[in-house]
Amino acid sequence: MKKLEGRSPGQLMWIRFKRDRTGVVSAYVVAFFFLVGLLAPLISKLYGKDPYTVYADERPELFDSAGVPLQPNGGISSQFWFGLEPGNGYDVFTKLLYGIRTSLMISVCVTIATVLTGILLGVAAGYLGGKPDYFISRVIDFLLAFPAQLFFIASMPVVVSLFVSPTDETPTYVRVVALIAVQWFLGWMSLARILRGTSLALREREFIEAARVSGASPWRIISREILPNVVTPILVQSTYMLPGFVTAEAGLSYLGVGIVEPTPDWGQMFSKASTELVMSNDITYMFFPGVSMIIFIVAFNLLGDSVRDAFDPKTAR
Amino acid sequence: MLRFLVRRFLGAIVILFLLSIVTFLLFFGMPRDPGLLMCGKTCNPTSLANIHHVLGLDKPITTQYWIFLKNLVMGSNGFAQGPCPAPCFGYSYHTNDQVWATLIDRLPTTISLTLGGAFFFLLIGLGTGLLAAWKRGTLIDKTATAGAMVLSSMQIYFLGPLALALLVYQTHLFDKPAYNNFTANPVSWFSGLIIPWVVLSTIFAAQYTRMARSAMIEQLQEEHVRTAKAKGMSRRYVFFRYAWRGSLIPIVTIFGIDLGALLGGAIITEYTFSLPGLGNLAVQAVFFSDLPLLLGVMIFSATMILLFNIIVDACYAFIDPRVRLA
Repeated sequence: MKKLEGRSPGQLMWIRFKRDRTGVVSAYVVAFFFLVGLLAPLISKLYGKDPYTVYADERPELFDSAGVPLQPNGGISSQFWFGLEPGNGYDVFTKLLYGIRTSLMISVCVTIATVLTGILLGVAAGYLGGKPDYFISRVIDFLLAFPAQLFFIASMPVVVSLFVSPTDETPTYVRVVALIAVQWFLGWMSLARILRGTSLALREREFIEAARVSGASPWRIISREILPNVVTPILVQSTYMLPGFVTAEAGLSYLGVGIVEPTPDWGQMFSKASTELVMSNDITYMFFPGVSMIIFIVAFNLLGDSVRDAFDPKTAR
Repeated sequence: MLRFLVRRFLGAIVILFLLSIVTFLLFFGMPRDPGLLMCGKTCNPTSLANIHHVLGLDKPITTQYWIFLKNLVMGSNGFAQGPCPAPCFGYSYHTNDQVWATLIDRLPTTISLTLGGAFFFLLIGLGTGLLAAWKRGTLIDKTATAGAMVLSSMQIYFLGPLALALLVYQTHLFDKPAYNNFTANPVSWFSGLIIPWVVLSTIFAAQYTRMARSAMIEQLQEEHVRTAKAKGMSRRYVFFRYAWRGSLIPIVTIFGIDLGALLGGAIITEYTFSLPGLGNLAVQAVFFSDLPLLLGVMIFSATMILLFNIIVDACYAFIDPRVRLA
C-alpha cells in the first residue's frame, strides 16, 4: 500500500504541470533558447566563427557587387549554416546565437528589475494602506497613462546622453543599461497593481491578524506571511511579461534606438532584414530572426498558460 | 453622466499637466544639454551659446517650463520663425515648422491607418472568434485557436517587411505603401494603405480572436445563459443576444486601449511602411533630437490614450445597464 503523504502546494503544482504535455514541450523549447543564449560563445567556438567577422571583406568572392551572397538561399552552405547577411556579410548563425543572447539577457534583467519593484511597491501599498497606498496608486495610474513605446524611443537618447557626451561613441553597455532602465520604468505597474490587490485582501485574513496579535513585526509579516502567498501571481505574471519585454526590446532595436551594429541583437537583425537590399533580393535572411522569434514567443505564451493552469486548475481556457 | 465626464476630463487634464512636467524635465532638465545635441560634432562655445540663447535654454528650467505652458495656452509671438497661435508647441528645431501644424498635417495618415486597420481587425478577429466559440471543440475551432496563437505572436517588424518583400519588391503586385489624400483620390488612398492595414490587422485580429473566443465561452457558462437555454430559446438567439452582449465589456475595454494607442501613433507600422504619420514623426524627432516636436507628439499621444480611456468607461454604461457612472 502506498504511504499517505502530505504535499505542499508547490509539489501539487509541479505534478499538475508535468501532466500538461503542451506545457512541458514549451518549457523545453524555452529552455533551449536560454541555453542557446547562455552557450553562444561555446557554440560559435565549436562552429569556428564569430558574429563580428565582415565576410564581405574577408571572402569577397562569396558576394556580388551589391553585397548579396551569390549562393542561392542567402548563401547557405556547409560552411555557413544559416547563410551570410546581405551587406556586411556577417555569419547569420553566430549572429543569431549572439543576438538571442543579447536580447534574452536584457529582457531577463528587465523582468527581474520590474518584479522586484512590483513586489516592493505593490506589497507595500497593499499591506500598509493609507497614505503610502494612495501615493503609490496615483503614481501607477499616472505612469499607465504614458504612451509607452513613444516614451521608450524618446527617452533612449536622453538616458544614453546621461552617461556619454553626444560627441563620443556610445559604448554598448550604456545602451544596454539604458534599454533596461527605460523598460523597467514603465514596466512594473501591472504587477504592482495585482500585488497590491492581493495583499490588500490578504491583510484582512485571520492568519495575518494572528501574526500581528502575536507581536510579529511588519517586516516579518510581509516576508513570512504575505510573500509566500503572492508567489503565484508573481510567477504567472512574469512568464507573461518576459516575452513582452523581448519583443519591445527588439522593436526598439528595429527602430534604431536600441542596440546598434556591430553588436548582434535579435531586433537589430529585423532592422537589417527590412532594408531594401534584403527585400528586393534574397529574402532568406529575413526568416532566421523572424521564425526563431515566433517559436520563442509562442512557446513562452503556451508555457505561461500552463503555469497559470498548474497553479490554478479552476480557470478554464 | 455629465458629472462623470466632467470629473474624468478634469482628472485627465491633471495627468496631462503632470506628464508634460515629467516629459519637459526629461528632455530639457537633464544634466546633458539639448543644445549640445543640436550643435553636433563641430561645436564651439560661441555657437553653443548662440543656440542656447535662441532656444531660450539659458533661462532657468522653471522659467522655460512656464514659457512653454504659457505658449501652449495663449500662443506666442516671441518666436524668430513667426507667430505661433495656441496651442503653441513652438517650432521644430530641425525643420523650423510649427509643431502643432506638423501634428495636424500628419494626423490624417494616422487616422486612416488606425480606422482602416481597426475595421479589418474587428471584422476578422471577432468573426473568427465567434465562429470558434460557436463551433467549440471542432476542427474549425482548433485551427482558429492555433492560428490565432501563432499570428498573435508575430511582430509587425517581421510580418511587415515580409509582406513588403513578397507583394511589392519581389512580385510587384502592389505599389509601395503610401498615404494619398482620401478626398483627392479614394482609390489610391485605399490601394496605398491596403498592405499596412492587412499587416496591422493580422496581428491584432489574432488577439481579438482569442479574446472573443474565451469571453464567449466564459459567458456561455453563465447562469443566465443556461437559464435562457433551458427556457427553450434557440441557440442562435442565446448566442447573439445573451452571451455576445456579456462578452462585449472586455472586448470594448481592449479595443478602446488599442484605438487610443494606435491614434497616438502606430510607431512600428508607420516606420516599416514609411507612412508619414505621428509615429514616424516621433522616430524622426528622436533621430534629429528635435525636442519641441517630440514633446508635442508625446503630449498628443497621451491625450489620445486618456481620451479613449474616458470613452471606454462611458461606453460601459451603454453596454451594461447595471453599470452606473458616478
